[in-house]
Amino acid sequence: MENVIAEIQHIKKSFGEHHVLKDMNFSLEKGENLVILGKSGSGKSVLIKCMVGLMQPDDGKIVILGENISQLDNNELNKLRKKIGFLFQSAALYDAMTVRENLEFPLRNLRSKSEEEIEELVLEALRNVGLEDAIDKMPSELSGGMRKRIGLARAIILKPEIILYDEPTTGLDPITSKEISHLILDIQKKYNTSGIIITHDVECARLTANRIIMLKDGRMAVEGTFNELAASNDEWVNSFFK
Amino acid sequence: MDDASIKKTGAANKKPIFAEDERINPVTGFFIEITLLTKFAFRFIRESFRAPHEFREFIRQCYLVGYRSFPLIAITGFIMGLVLTIQSRPTLARFGAESWLPAMVAVSIIREIGPVISALIFAGKVGSSIGAELASMKVTEQIDAMEVSGTNPFKYLVVTRIGAATLMLPVLAIVADAISLYGAYVGVNIKGDVNFTLFIIKSFESLEFSDVLPAVIKTFFFGFAIALLACYKGYNADKGTEGVAHSANSSVVLGSLAIFLLDMIAVQITDLLF
Repeated sequence: MENVIAEIQHIKKSFGEHHVLKDMNFSLEKGENLVILGKSGSGKSVLIKCMVGLMQPDDGKIVILGENISQLDNNELNKLRKKIGFLFQSAALYDAMTVRENLEFPLRNLRSKSEEEIEELVLEALRNVGLEDAIDKMPSELSGGMRKRIGLARAIILKPEIILYDEPTTGLDPITSKEISHLILDIQKKYNTSGIIITHDVECARLTANRIIMLKDGRMAVEGTFNELAASNDEWVNSFFK
Repeated sequence: MDDASIKKTGAANKKPIFAEDERINPVTGFFIEITLLTKFAFRFIRESFRAPHEFREFIRQCYLVGYRSFPLIAITGFIMGLVLTIQSRPTLARFGAESWLPAMVAVSIIREIGPVISALIFAGKVGSSIGAELASMKVTEQIDAMEVSGTNPFKYLVVTRIGAATLMLPVLAIVADAISLYGAYVGVNIKGDVNFTLFIIKSFESLEFSDVLPAVIKTFFFGFAIALLACYKGYNADKGTEGVAHSANSSVVLGSLAIFLLDMIAVQITDLLF
């Protein structure tokens, strides 16, 4: 248990009469990439938004890095959020800022870094995603894959302990998807981060997962490694892998 | 749920007042909107005094809402003064009071037309821009991205914009008044020959402290109301691009309406006090 850095216990979330998450339980271990697979609309994104306090679960407990997030006040929550990177499905780059300013934004908010340190960290993050040349471009000048890479660079710039990836390969061609998946692996190895990867892309799951959880009807239906699930005889599990 | 998970005060602990699929009648909806807007305004006041402050962004917003609005306000101000003078001259001439033209135009501009027209232009340009920008940031998850990076998006986006608009509109209105008076001077000289010094003396002869001060003070409230409504609409936008269009549109409509309501209140108060 000492390796567990995030725990989700009996999480429930409904929107009106629509019960999205009914009873979610799982844990994330240090250094592992956990893939959560499920159909669109199965509550995967809601789950990770609950993990960073963007949404509040109706019931249950979320403990991240030893902190019960429902017990934190705004300042404590913001401190915890600095240890969590988040890659949004749309990358969510700030349209009015250049790539450089997008990456500088979380660093300036720390108010403890010098201009030289900020410059160095921005360049390092861009090197990690292979996009040093895009530093002065506006988000509107970037392709979908480049936006995802910059989003990833912004997610890792504070050297977080956990990174949450919301559909990292959605909307990308197979080659770019594979590049993003390899980038996720590189970051895991380089910074020893733990990751939760929300996806319905089986190829991305195959490349990045140490462990996979499959969501069905708001609950965790199956858990295992990629090979274990791919060899399953369950018809529903098979429908994902074939 | 065990005791440890009982909620404290975090941002995450906000729950919607009504379920999303609940149908609300328009009257109830109106009062809910007023309540939420009031809460939003109080949050602005609370966050304004709480460190750390986003000075850099505040200065940037002052530049965007102030300096960038200057050309439009200046052109409108000039035309306003010119047209008002040309339109008023025949009536005054009929009563043999043409010499009162600078004074009448100056009082009209300083007391009412300058502040109100500047505020309406400001609502159209700045209000719609704030409403659309924040709504677009909301629906593309940029506000969420700010929040998960540990930044307070309300302070960064809302406090700076409302602060900048509140401070910049009075400056713009004063500039518009000055340019309007110059427009009036040009208007007077189309069919007459009055030198600039005489025109200014005649204009200011009729003006009192009680004309200028209330007019300047009310523009602070106009600026605050325009930006508050635009930020409220943008920050709470939903429904994708439709939500962005709705926010931009309602920011201008509600902003303009608020200007007239506040102006009516300001006139009543001025009337009582001066």
